[in-house]
Amino acid sequence: MSSTDKNQTVSSEAAPEEKDSPASSTSGWAVFMFFMIGFVGSLLAGWILFPDLLYSKKEQPIDFNHAVHLDVVYDGCNSCHFFRDDGTFAGMPDLNSCVDCHQEVMTGDPEEVKFVEEYVQPGIEVPWLNHSKQPDCVFFSHAAHVIGADMSCASCHGDIGTSSHTRTYEENRLTGYSRDIWGHSISRLGKPEPGEPKPMKMNDCAKCHLEETGHKGACFQCHK
Amino acid sequence: MKIDRRSFLTYTTAFVLGGAAGSMLSPAPWKLTDDIAIWTQNWPWTPVPEDGEVTHKKTVCTLCPCGCGIDVRLVGGRPVKIEGSTDHPVNKGSLCPKGFSGLQYLYGPARVTTPLKREGKRGEGKWKKITWDEALTAVSDKLAELRASGRPETVACIADSDQGTIPNLIGRFMTAYGSPNFLCAATAKDAVEQAIYVTQGKQGVPVFDIQNADFILSFGAGVLEGWGGPGRMLNLYGAGKSSKTIVQVEPRLSDTAAKANQWIAINPGTETALALGLANVIINESLYDKNFVENFAFGFDRWTDENGVTRDGFTAAVKGYEPAKVAQITGINQADITALARKFAKAAAPIAINGRGQGLLPGGIDESLAVLMLNALVGNINKKGGISVMPDFDYAKWPEIKIDEVASKGMQQPRVDGAGSEQFPNTRYLLNRLPEALNVAGDGVPIQALLVTDANPLYTMPDTEAAKKAFDRIPFIVSFSPYMDETASFSDYILPNHSYLERLQDVPSAAGISRQVISLSTPVVKPVYETRHIGDAFIMIAQNLGGFIKNAFPWKDYETFLKDALKEHWRNLKRKGLVELSHNPPEPLTYLFNTASGKFEFYPTAQTNGTDQPAALPAYAPVPIEGDMQRFDLVLTPYDTIRLAGGNLASAPFMTKTVDDTVLKKETSFVEINPTTARGLNLKEGATARLTTPKGEATVKVHLYDGIMPGIIAMPRGLGHTAYSVYLADKGTNVNTLIGSIADPASGLDMAWGIRAQLTRI
Repeated sequence: MSSTDKNQTVSSEAAPEEKDSPASSTSGWAVFMFFMIGFVGSLLAGWILFPDLLYSKKEQPIDFNHAVHLDVVYDGCNSCHFFRDDGTFAGMPDLNSCVDCHQEVMTGDPEEVKFVEEYVQPGIEVPWLNHSKQPDCVFFSHAAHVIGADMSCASCHGDIGTSSHTRTYEENRLTGYSRDIWGHSISRLGKPEPGEPKPMKMNDCAKCHLEETGHKGACFQCHK
Repeated sequence: MKIDRRSFLTYTTAFVLGGAAGSMLSPAPWKLTDDIAIWTQNWPWTPVPEDGEVTHKKTVCTLCPCGCGIDVRLVGGRPVKIEGSTDHPVNKGSLCPKGFSGLQYLYGPARVTTPLKREGKRGEGKWKKITWDEALTAVSDKLAELRASGRPETVACIADSDQGTIPNLIGRFMTAYGSPNFLCAATAKDAVEQAIYVTQGKQGVPVFDIQNADFILSFGAGVLEGWGGPGRMLNLYGAGKSSKTIVQVEPRLSDTAAKANQWIAINPGTETALALGLANVIINESLYDKNFVENFAFGFDRWTDENGVTRDGFTAAVKGYEPAKVAQITGINQADITALARKFAKAAAPIAINGRGQGLLPGGIDESLAVLMLNALVGNINKKGGISVMPDFDYAKWPEIKIDEVASKGMQQPRVDGAGSEQFPNTRYLLNRLPEALNVAGDGVPIQALLVTDANPLYTMPDTEAAKKAFDRIPFIVSFSPYMDETASFSDYILPNHSYLERLQDVPSAAGISRQVISLSTPVVKPVYETRHIGDAFIMIAQNLGGFIKNAFPWKDYETFLKDALKEHWRNLKRKGLVELSHNPPEPLTYLFNTASGKFEFYPTAQTNGTDQPAALPAYAPVPIEGDMQRFDLVLTPYDTIRLAGGNLASAPFMTKTVDDTVLKKETSFVEINPTTARGLNLKEGATARLTTPKGEATVKVHLYDGIMPGIIAMPRGLGHTAYSVYLADKGTNVNTLIGSIADPASGLDMAWGIRAQLTRI
């Protein structure tokens, strides 16, 4: 408030500079009001507008029905999302795995017809959008978790196996990764609902490892 | 409320501060900081390894003619690593640096990605992309035109080898077209082949059974630098180094010399004298294999020919090479010569081999003859651990070829290089004589069209600049190279072949092992670019030309042909990847020789060619190397290293990275020089100097090296490319531009081992 003091001093001495007095221009409550407008505005923008702007929404190329498939396969998730002979995890099945059954249209479902006509017949891989894709600098072993620690798929990926429609894929415009990695809560506070996929940032790995193994793990375990 | 300038600033500040404070309590800045960090990891130019299923595909390396088995690791269908196949009989898991860096030949920027037509001047580097149809039509039209004018022999083809069905398919094309001018670069193997032919009467592939030998006397053969197939030799060295004695005779301490049990520094070019000197000691001390010499050899002692003329035998030929004299010629201690001869003759399974470095240059025929006869003296012919000759591969069955009158007339014309002529009756190819033949006066250039397949003569030929000038006289040059090599960049059309990992090909192993191993190189990946298999390209050209030429190629593509030609082998090759045909040296000593005498001829009568020439016995004559001794006081010799590829195919960029900075620093090559010699020239380590030879000059740096004889300077082959890509071009000096070619009077083969040179400090 040194400038105000200075102004007062000046105004008591020189009347013509009266217009610069605090009463005539800046008032404390107005400053506070503008501060609050900025404060509340950016809070709202940061909490509500920002997440909507950060993520673009995309739909999967085919509205895949996990539930239907899970009913007819004999080996659960592993039927399509299998471990290769060398122990690596195949991840999203490629067209070859699908073609075993879907060489021709089986059910007449419009999504299946689309799949057969647009991908199977021309032999094009389906550009599935992967909710769980990690950056290349992260090494993750499915075998260590699923086979070694006997975890279920759902414990990280949620109840995707029983869903009958695909979810909207929200892609981070900056990084290109799915919103699921950060987690749906932009604040990363609170826990996902049961059946929802778990967030997959490094701290999420560390947290679970600390709980389950008593140690967060070393850098080189994942960053080879 | 009145708002003036000052209050406006105050309220704005308040608003911004409030906004900043609020945003700190919102997730946006924290989330954005994290996202930006991840964004920086995903810039599009950041290389990301392929993800996917890991698979392995076995195939055969065709980067050189040895035929090592390789195991390619693929991730998601993309080749990511090449290793030696542990179960392949040639290399048993070992591989050379070139083989290991093979992926750069597939994905590197040196590839020619589509057919190209020259736009600017030759070698200017301006190209127009054309379609395959346009390219094949242009080549077919030119060939049809030359044939219509009745001069099919003016078309020449330079290939990298004459083994396997691809070179033979091209050879068949040349025959059907009517040109005898199919050329290959001769190597040390050609000289050995010829020496075997004149002494044993057999044409075929020389076999050096190093595996079963226990005393290896190498006259400059770089067994650890790529001689005899680097994959094979590295494996043998690793497996048997404790049980084998290696004696390396050469002027420079090469890697082989450094790893040998004994290194004998010899005056360069005097190896023949040493071999004859050793023979002299062995004969004088009666250490030779009497059973072999008495029962299976001819011309050892004096003999009388059919006209009753008494002729000297081998004993007389070596008489003049007593150790004292040989010591003078070779610069080797007399006692060392005698001791070496005794050790060699008394070893259980000795073998003598020759061929400088990797054996890229043939050398004189007398050297190969003298070394072969040294083997014969110890009875080391056609037996385990010895030298034998394997019949030429004939596993591919070719349908009979019918040629028309034009072709038959063309085929009767003499070869442009003089091979097989009266002067050089036993030599198959003399590429080194081509530039001279092209430099005839006037417009009558004997070659009007040149097809270059997998060869790169404008890098490998000695006196490269002169060769380039001679090639420029050829009006039409077509390259089939997958890479923008020196010859391709100087051509008029490029019809790019698949690279080696994309190509189907049979590979008869040329590594010199004692079995016929034929492997099948199968594509491990679909063609990355718009390239075509060279076999397909030639079949299509033949079909465009029509008539008898078309009839000689009744296949729709190379694969159909190969299946047809390999007959019963095709199924095994497809299933197992290789076929081994046994080559058992006749045992016990039932030597079968096809010479006039039916014996091993120490006096090679075939070399006299029916004339009264008495010069058939090997003798040492100094190779007249080029250059005025007054002006050029040093001698420059090229050397080979396993870290660089000095042949038709350039090193992969990875290989250049393995070279020491006393060989190449930035863009400058080093020459190795003995410190004593360097002192006389006032040159210090790393000094820049001008290297001048009768053929050219270059700016180099000097590396003082105790491992080189005084008066000699050495440079590696394989540097100084001018084409390929930025990763290879202009790195060092191509030693071939500084040296010349000297034709052996007996065989026509290039026997130059160096050139006089001058080094001046700048």
